[in-house]
Amino acid sequence: MGHELRIRIKTLVMILAMVVCANAGDLMLKRGMTKIGAVEISQSGLQHALLATITNGTIWIGIIFLTGFMLSYMTVLSWADYSYVMPAGAFGYAMLTLLAVVFLHEHVSPRRWIGVVLICVGVLLVGQTRPRTTEALAREPRQAAA
Amino acid sequence: MRVALLLGVLILGSTAGEIAITHGMKATGEPERLRPRELLQFLKRAMRNGWFWAGVPLMALSFYSLLVLLSWRPISFVIPASALSYVVGTLGAKYILRENVSPARWIGVVLVCVGVALVAAG
Repeated sequence: MGHELRIRIKTLVMILAMVVCANAGDLMLKRGMTKIGAVEISQSGLQHALLATITNGTIWIGIIFLTGFMLSYMTVLSWADYSYVMPAGAFGYAMLTLLAVVFLHEHVSPRRWIGVVLICVGVLLVGQTRPRTTEALAREPRQAAA
Repeated sequence: MRVALLLGVLILGSTAGEIAITHGMKATGEPERLRPRELLQFLKRAMRNGWFWAGVPLMALSFYSLLVLLSWRPISFVIPASALSYVVGTLGAKYILRENVSPARWIGVVLVCVGVALVAAG
């Protein structure tokens, strides 16, 4: 298998893992917090919430998924350009909204859907910029060696 | 009001945290193979980097803000609204890092803002 193709497949697998983990994690967190109930901003409220979240299994499943997301995200960014990885993140907003409707039965109005689509397009545009400044750090030593 | 405030903490915390951790990761370099042992060594190397540890408390703060927000509002509001981090990121790039921000990127920033306003309006 060619080197280029291998990197491409490796990157796509990691991006897929990223998206699945991020969405599953967020949905689990929401599920857990719905069970715990609205957090009160007061000393006793925050203490109670901290205890409740630490002892909630659903929150921990969410944390495990989000850890998986973090690991795959950090790992993929160590070799791939941010601008290549980020479109997946942009579409994640639409996917999560869809999953919220399907699994959590949240009501999403047409106006909110239009907002989500605008966010996706906007994030896509913001991420299109070529990240020149971050390139140098990781690659300079290798180029010097070559 | 408190939702907007906590959204601010979430976004600023995660943006600053991500910048610090990305910086640390770039300095660490990539793992050679995606095997558990090598990933573990990669993590160990990352953890020796100070930037990594600057990022962690910030991420923790933003994580707790996310949990509290999720207890108050539907996820179909909270997660799309967190896209405002791209707006903060761009403003930071322009005014703190003095990067050149392209017109396309500014259009993206405006679209995200309008989108979040529509999402917030319900």
